[in-house]
Amino acid sequence: MAHGPQPGFKRWLYTTNHKDIGSMYLWFSFAMFLLGGCMALVIRAELFEPGLQIVQPEFFNQMTTMHGLIMVFGAVMPAFVGLANWMIPMMIGAPDMALPRMNNWSFWILPFAFAMLASTLFMEGGAPNFGWTFYAPLSTEYAPPSVTFFIFSIHIMGASSIMGSINIIATILNMRAPGMTLMKMPLFVWTWLITAYLLIAVMPVLAGVVTMMLMDIHFGTSFFSAAGGGDPVLFQHVFWFFGHPEVYIMILPAFGIVSAIIPTFARKPLFGYSSMVYATASIAFLSFIVWAHHMFTVGMPIAGELFFMYATMLIAVPTGVKVFNWVTTMFRGSMTFETPMLFAVAFVILFTIGGFSGLMLAIAPADFQYHDTYFVVAHFHYVLVPGAIFSITAGVYYWLPKWTGNMYNETMGKVHFWLAFIGLNVTFFPMHFVGLAGMPRRIPDYALQFADFNQIASVGAFLFGAAQLVFLFNVIRTVQGGNKATDEVWENPEGLEWTVPSPAPYHTFSTPPAVR
Amino acid sequence: MWWSDNAKIATKLLALAASMLVFAIFVMPPLYDAFCEITGLNGKTGGKYEAVPAAVDRDRLVTVQFVASNNENMPWGFKPSVVTVKVHPGEAMDTVFLASNPTDRDMVAQAIPSLVPFKAAEYFHKTECFCFNQQALKAGESAELPLRFIVDPDLPPSVNTITLSYTLFDITERVSSNLDNKNTDSEREG
Repeated sequence: MAHGPQPGFKRWLYTTNHKDIGSMYLWFSFAMFLLGGCMALVIRAELFEPGLQIVQPEFFNQMTTMHGLIMVFGAVMPAFVGLANWMIPMMIGAPDMALPRMNNWSFWILPFAFAMLASTLFMEGGAPNFGWTFYAPLSTEYAPPSVTFFIFSIHIMGASSIMGSINIIATILNMRAPGMTLMKMPLFVWTWLITAYLLIAVMPVLAGVVTMMLMDIHFGTSFFSAAGGGDPVLFQHVFWFFGHPEVYIMILPAFGIVSAIIPTFARKPLFGYSSMVYATASIAFLSFIVWAHHMFTVGMPIAGELFFMYATMLIAVPTGVKVFNWVTTMFRGSMTFETPMLFAVAFVILFTIGGFSGLMLAIAPADFQYHDTYFVVAHFHYVLVPGAIFSITAGVYYWLPKWTGNMYNETMGKVHFWLAFIGLNVTFFPMHFVGLAGMPRRIPDYALQFADFNQIASVGAFLFGAAQLVFLFNVIRTVQGGNKATDEVWENPEGLEWTVPSPAPYHTFSTPPAVR
Repeated sequence: MWWSDNAKIATKLLALAASMLVFAIFVMPPLYDAFCEITGLNGKTGGKYEAVPAAVDRDRLVTVQFVASNNENMPWGFKPSVVTVKVHPGEAMDTVFLASNPTDRDMVAQAIPSLVPFKAAEYFHKTECFCFNQQALKAGESAELPLRFIVDPDLPPSVNTITLSYTLFDITERVSSNLDNKNTDSEREG
């Protein structure tokens, strides 16, 4: 019955194996992470000094747009889907994903979507230049011709995400090992279940908003054109109805990863498991009713401003519950600080800082000062880089010995962590200050008084970029060989994934395991 | 057994995704328009109003200010003939905006109104407005664009000043492409 992978390239093209597909997602997202990172370095290099040195404003705008799109849709989301593919079947004792052929397809359309998106850089008129939020009419009436390719690539990415989510939900609901009740599932599985529902609810809205743009551009409708009776502000409402759940899509699986790592290295069970589940569900629910806090300055009635302000602040409550639980899990634990734990602890600290600046932005009257400044850039990079990127990195270090059967180089891992940690803070902390002082987002040039902090930020960005090369090198070396990992890898880790041999065989749990 | 269960759940989730797409394209825009109309949000004023005889409130004077602006790349001259008028609520008032096409080509424009404060939007009635129609001006031509409005006597007492702004959009291309479409349609029918 058991058969191995096909030889050669066909293995990857035709595979329906969740581990193969998970690996492909992870490598793809790392490639996109490097591409998006290079674009960020173009941005930071240009902003090293005031005035225009390296690129023209038109190209700078393309860089900010493509950096955002590639990082959100190409790096963070596929990385989480990759981890879900690898870990969810192994965590719930299933032999594979529920819909393996669809799984193959949902991965393989992604490279085409991003090839199409990246190809716009070489088109006449350049790549999309309207920011990753592509507000109309910048993205309709004033958009470069390549916007149509952008729209179709978003459609494909949406289809991929929806198929991936359907697969994950079907796997979790139908394929758990006997005895694995919902409230016994690891939190990574729980957070992904909720994330998958969020994706199915909002990715079609994203597809809808780009479809309306397509019709406005090519078929003479005027959803977003004031001249034809439409309203550009409608775009922002529809976009952020997608966009706010989207930011939780990029953070909820991170909560799951960190909730797996911290108990292992604190050598204590996770504190408050069920409150973690309910907090995740509350955050997901609240994410649907706070979208207009991204657009406090469009001219809402005072009742609207107040509603969205209070609803947004309410999110701090379940998030606070989570942070409390992680800290309490660590409290009086016998902690050790291997690389995954370092990233996980940094996640808790830095994500909390990003959460607090989010609370500042939630205060509607104060937001009028912060809106569209570098303070916003600092905020969302503090939640996304330590939030999504650090947790993915932590997860990769945590599970890499299980995947490859080899231990990674711990010293190199620690060097990676400290370079990334210092680089991140040097890059993004000064942005708070220039933002509060009034430096706007998305500009290639700036007033002289912002020069010092921008130079510091640029130095930090290159440090952070270099740190990722250490990571890449470490992962490649670990895949090639190294000290053999034990089946348990860590000291008494919790979860079914540690009961299978290291490296995990091509087929695991062909017969369901017994769950205590 | 697994397959049928999986197919069932996949179908349900796919249906959910499809309904969200329909929601985004066909429900959210009309919902937004309805919401704006009810709340006066975005200062969108209503359509043509049929005047009903109402008592004119002689004790109260409301200042109405007019603002005219051009959308980007719109070359027309466009301004109100008077910047401010004072009206009694319930009283019909006439004014004109002046528009001229200084270019050497025939153009079509559409004016889009916006009104502040938002809460006054539902109390500002237009019985006649150039914004109800597209305005075509030949090269070098100019015109007086009429507006006739009534401020509702129920206007909240806290509102003493209403600012009505018009933005003029160049829709020449939009109109001509629609005409082309119509022509090809009629040709097909013929």
